[in-house]
Amino acid sequence: MTSSRDKGLSRIADILAKHPANRGSLIPVLQDIQQDFGYLSEEAVAELERRMGISANEIYGVATFYTQFRFSPPGEHTILSCQGTACHVRGGRQILTELEQRLGVTAGRTTADGKFDLERVACIGCCALAPVVAVDGKVHAQVTAKKIPSIISRYAGEGNFS
Amino acid sequence: MTSLQQVCTEARVQWDKLQDSEVPVLFVGAATCGRAAGATEVLEALRERIERDELNVLVIEVGCLGPCSFEPLVIVHKNGSPRICYGNVGPDEVVRILESHVFGDDPCARWALGKMTPGKLDGIDDFNTHPMMHRQVRNILRNCGLIDPENVHHYLARDGYRGFLKALELGPDKTLEEIKASRLRGRGGAGFPAWRKWQFCRDAPGPTKYLICNADEGDPGAFMNRSLIEGDPHAVLEGMLIAAFTLGASQGYIYCRAEYPLALQRLDVAIGQMRALGLLGRDIQGSGFCFDLSVKKGAGAFVCGEETALIASIEGRRGMPQPRPPFPAVSGLLGKPTVIQNVETLGNLPLILRNGAQSYSQYGSESSKGTKTFALAGKIKRTGLVEVPLGIKLKDIICEIGGGVPDGKALKAVQTGGPSGGCIPAEKMDLPVDYEALTQAGSIMGSGGMIVLDEDTCMVDVAKYFLSFTQAESCGKCAPCRVGTRAMLSILERIAAGEGQMADLEKLESVAQTIRDGSLCGLGQTAPNPVLTTLRYFRNEYEEHIRKGQCPAFVCSRMISYHIDRDRCSGCGACARVCPVEAISGQKKKPHAIDQETCIRCGMCLSTCPARYAAVFRRSGELTRVEPRKEVKRKSD
Repeated sequence: MTSSRDKGLSRIADILAKHPANRGSLIPVLQDIQQDFGYLSEEAVAELERRMGISANEIYGVATFYTQFRFSPPGEHTILSCQGTACHVRGGRQILTELEQRLGVTAGRTTADGKFDLERVACIGCCALAPVVAVDGKVHAQVTAKKIPSIISRYAGEGNFS
Repeated sequence: MTSLQQVCTEARVQWDKLQDSEVPVLFVGAATCGRAAGATEVLEALRERIERDELNVLVIEVGCLGPCSFEPLVIVHKNGSPRICYGNVGPDEVVRILESHVFGDDPCARWALGKMTPGKLDGIDDFNTHPMMHRQVRNILRNCGLIDPENVHHYLARDGYRGFLKALELGPDKTLEEIKASRLRGRGGAGFPAWRKWQFCRDAPGPTKYLICNADEGDPGAFMNRSLIEGDPHAVLEGMLIAAFTLGASQGYIYCRAEYPLALQRLDVAIGQMRALGLLGRDIQGSGFCFDLSVKKGAGAFVCGEETALIASIEGRRGMPQPRPPFPAVSGLLGKPTVIQNVETLGNLPLILRNGAQSYSQYGSESSKGTKTFALAGKIKRTGLVEVPLGIKLKDIICEIGGGVPDGKALKAVQTGGPSGGCIPAEKMDLPVDYEALTQAGSIMGSGGMIVLDEDTCMVDVAKYFLSFTQAESCGKCAPCRVGTRAMLSILERIAAGEGQMADLEKLESVAQTIRDGSLCGLGQTAPNPVLTTLRYFRNEYEEHIRKGQCPAFVCSRMISYHIDRDRCSGCGACARVCPVEAISGQKKKPHAIDQETCIRCGMCLSTCPARYAAVFRRSGELTRVEPRKEVKRKSD
């Protein structure tokens, strides 16, 4: 137990060492921690408070302002449903509803089995191929509600989402 | 160290060799949009075949050429034949092109979009005469889709960094004069003359100055900056060198959104190359000019596109705007004079320096000079990234380049400027696209997003969409924006739910005025625009929602109901199988029915019912919309 915690703390020290020791590094450091750990844990924030001399209060103030940061462990796969203007007028809302129905969670949540995060994103800039859904960074173009089950099952493994 | 001149000369030799290569070359468009359309699979199939048959073929990944609706795009160079650009190339097609054209004598004209180099080929026209291309003037995008964005030698061979060398030769004062003479205006949206901002910054006291490239392209529906960085990163970086040299800035930042991983990767690679070439660091090219660059990754906050909020974010704080003045050009990052320019503004600078201000300003209208890129999307046949001279008529972009609205539907409006812009109705398509004309029409130029809306788009829904965006993205610092956008959104939600009153329309206008006048930053000041323009041009639609409780475009779900035509229904059960709430029942091969109490109006039954039956229809108030039945095409047709 202790050893994995220590390992985590030393990873944070490594991340801090890569950035200049100033306030402007706070967001890049938080980004790197999230990249490495998947989310910003209470322990990580406490460690940052100690090492950067910025209060946990202030760190949370900054982190919660930006939609990128999350405070609970992520699911295995992340599904982003684009709600940009082009996606919206081409049925993006229906796609999101279908995803919510199929996965049984609302946007912003993780499925009970921890397989999927479902998130809405303001725009991923693939407007010419709208509507789009991105799973783990792979963009699926011109998605229809009908294609959703097959997209999900591609990542669900043996899980049954049909 | 070899001088930049030497590297350029060598790069040009290599580039020329590539143009006349004996070995066939396939350029595959693999920007984010190309990959979404399947370029990754195309590359896999191509590389697999090359390896299997031990073929001598060169594959180069390039950025986006622009016509995204034709992606994946592949340009094929075969010695002795004109270069051909192919569209909608899948893994099977690319192998066929390899077999039939590259190693055969059938140029596969059926997939060709056009010839990229001179020469005759039966059935294939010049790419430049393609309807999507022939009105375009590609200056800023001149390299996109043609060069390997990760190979700086390609950029150098095509006159890369010549603009910067010219600036070094001219000196800062004359460079500023040149920019002034070009009459370049900021491409981020507001259209503020670039040179004036620079002048303020130069005049501000103190030796330390900063330059920031704003690549926080947050407008939903906009992807110009993503495309340019992914396809030609050095064009933007050269622009930064020119700006920094003119301003006397020693440190630059690129604030790029995290949602653009490929763009971020391209910037990292390109900055490394600049360092290796002696284009960053101390005493650049022996000029005494010192400059360094770093990339700051955005963390997902639309308001950070606003200058002062962006600065707060770089400083490691919540991205909340500050009252202006003082403007950043006087007191910006860490209190120092700071110039913030949009990606495309910077991408223009090498052109101006290289070809001269006069050559630059030959394009454009009286008040708006140069060319501008637009992201064309929505209900339009040909989507993609286009570049046109400013002052071009809106209809030339929509109808000619974009090919108009698909499926025989009528054009309703064009949305420009994202959440800060507005909807320009179909009858105003003669409007010239310049800063003043678009503002007069109630919209703005914005950064270049252009979303086409057709008769199936509900204008109340569009207004509600943008307001829910700005309301969610409002940072909450000032009350007019925080409370006002919430108030407007509530009214719009009420109207869309069929619970609106006529007095709501005046209320919307009066709240809009307060938000405009009282908000601290551009996000709030422009947030009412989508509502105000739709009220101005489509008031009757709002009235129909309120007075008759109906949505003429059949979009506002609370106002529509789904039904099954007993005479058309074959009882195939397709709708019942997809209905997420099991609201549809019926016996096999007998007409089905929808239980209105259970139905959540998701529309799945409508999109699932086979077109040969088209049995699902919609009602909204007094209106009924029945879908046309279509005979299925047999495979042999």
